[in-house]
Amino acid sequence: MSKSRLGPGQHISNKGLVVSATFEITNPGIAVSIQDFGRIGYRNIGVPLSGALDIYLLSAANTLVNNPVDSAGFEIRWSGPTLKAENKPIRVALAGDITAWLTDPQGIRTQVDSFQSVLVPPGQSLVIDSVKSGVAYAAVSGGILVPKQLKSRSSYPKAKIGGYRGLALSSGDTLSCQEAAAEIPTELKATKKWLNDSGDVRVILGPQEDHFAPESIDHFFSQPWTISRQTDRMGMRLEGPPIAHNEQGADIISDGVISGAIQVPANGQPIILLADCQTSGGYPKIATVISADLSKLAHKKPGDTFRFQKVNHQEAKEALKQKNQLFETWKQSIQAFLPPGSIDVDALYNSNLVSGVLSGSEE
Amino acid sequence: MNNLQQPRLLALGDGAWTIEFGSSIDPVIHSRVLGFCNALQKSTDIAEKILEYLPSFRSVSVYYDPAKVDGIMLGSELLNLAQNSGNQISEGRKLYIPVCFEDEFGPDLNEVAQLKNLEVGEVINLMTSSIFSVYMIGFLPGFPYLGGLPDSLNIPRLANPRLKVPAGSIAIAAGMCAVYPWESPGGWRLLGQTPVPLFDVNHSDQPALVAAGDQIHWCPINKARYDELRIECQRADWDRDSILAIKDWS
Repeated sequence: MSKSRLGPGQHISNKGLVVSATFEITNPGIAVSIQDFGRIGYRNIGVPLSGALDIYLLSAANTLVNNPVDSAGFEIRWSGPTLKAENKPIRVALAGDITAWLTDPQGIRTQVDSFQSVLVPPGQSLVIDSVKSGVAYAAVSGGILVPKQLKSRSSYPKAKIGGYRGLALSSGDTLSCQEAAAEIPTELKATKKWLNDSGDVRVILGPQEDHFAPESIDHFFSQPWTISRQTDRMGMRLEGPPIAHNEQGADIISDGVISGAIQVPANGQPIILLADCQTSGGYPKIATVISADLSKLAHKKPGDTFRFQKVNHQEAKEALKQKNQLFETWKQSIQAFLPPGSIDVDALYNSNLVSGVLSGSEE
Repeated sequence: MNNLQQPRLLALGDGAWTIEFGSSIDPVIHSRVLGFCNALQKSTDIAEKILEYLPSFRSVSVYYDPAKVDGIMLGSELLNLAQNSGNQISEGRKLYIPVCFEDEFGPDLNEVAQLKNLEVGEVINLMTSSIFSVYMIGFLPGFPYLGGLPDSLNIPRLANPRLKVPAGSIAIAAGMCAVYPWESPGGWRLLGQTPVPLFDVNHSDQPALVAAGDQIHWCPINKARYDELRIECQRADWDRDSILAIKDWS
């Protein structure tokens, strides 16, 4: 390819050279954290898995900026952060029910929808709005390059692990990522939204279903449950007519838990454990949400009601396979597009760059 | 206590199995837990299918990737292993952890002594002359649950948990002993405080100070030594192994 064919301001960096860019958090938003797929391998020393509540949606955001799917991005559970590009242009993509505004130093704003990438030039800011429903993600080119701690960048501020210096984000933090690749002078856009699935939540019974009478288990599945306000990244409390324990009672000697495990304490109101949950727990677990439906939980909010549905291991396996296939199909809907007025279109096509745009997204 | 219970395979969703060896806190049941963990490490067939495992007082939870591993098949392999893995008496390390029992470091010492009809000095002696074994790490990163508390110190949790327990607090409740690695809310009774961090992310090969199976001795230190060690342990290159090998700080 020839450099001379590129439009004004475009250049090609040397292949293999990691160009570092920095951006400033000028507004940390509310309930925003840095998450990847979490830290595997430290449960035996009491360190939670952490990681994105909806790994498919984080994967979607990452795919749109040509990152490996498990790169660290921002998880937004309330209002989004504002990112100001400093020395180099950065590329950002949002996934979820959320929009953002590309804002230049004069305050002129351009709306940026989710499920597409956008170039944020030095000095400009991306002001990310509040998430309209559920949880949303923002991926940056190359991923957020805070140092990995215990093999993950996921933030777990309770033990000062991961994230930016172990802490929650605050204004003035300067984060690193990679410079937006100039050899991709187009943006990516998914023609279909990745839809957050709703409805019933599928579970496998146990591990402590023997702490409940058969009527209590029937009742667990037959009645709708309402999500209470006491819900965070550690767990989701449910409200409904209480579930009674049998003579084995509501206490067990603590044993291992997992994201999706449903504990029932003495008050009979279930708690679904989520990504930041402790590694062990002392309440009987009536059932456990299957992997394919964990992302469903991420988008339910206080006041929502839903039912549980019982499945077996084979059905759980099939559900996960379907979900993963669905994601692969969604990826096929990604197309390159030229942001209006950004570059010389003829030069771009002549330089044969468009066909190579998606390479790397399969890694 | 039926120590001969057959291990049970319990589903923890489609991403983990819990192998349960009993339902009480009991050294014999825990020795089966350690025996199973040991067998799991040695069984390369199974080890390569799993992501990680978590021993508790009475069970081991084994985590896997359901997109890559057939859960049903793994479950039967784990159960088979558990039926044959036997007991293992802990071969954990012996760690000597310095603890200051003076003044503000042991805010519940007086009350515990009163409730158990002991002198404060006797409570401290019971603590420092017993060997505690680490049953499991849980609740918080690096938080060890320790068995081996003398019966004469068996005491319930506080009726009103504290909102803030200082990091490093040595605490007892419900027949067990523990250390709080982080400042956190807590309902256990606080007898002393160690200046040694229970969890240090900079020791990336082994961030938690203690591991399941380790044997712990509490070594009394005075306040001056506490302050000294606290500063020492804040250095990036503090020598964990040397500090934990010292049996007598007097």
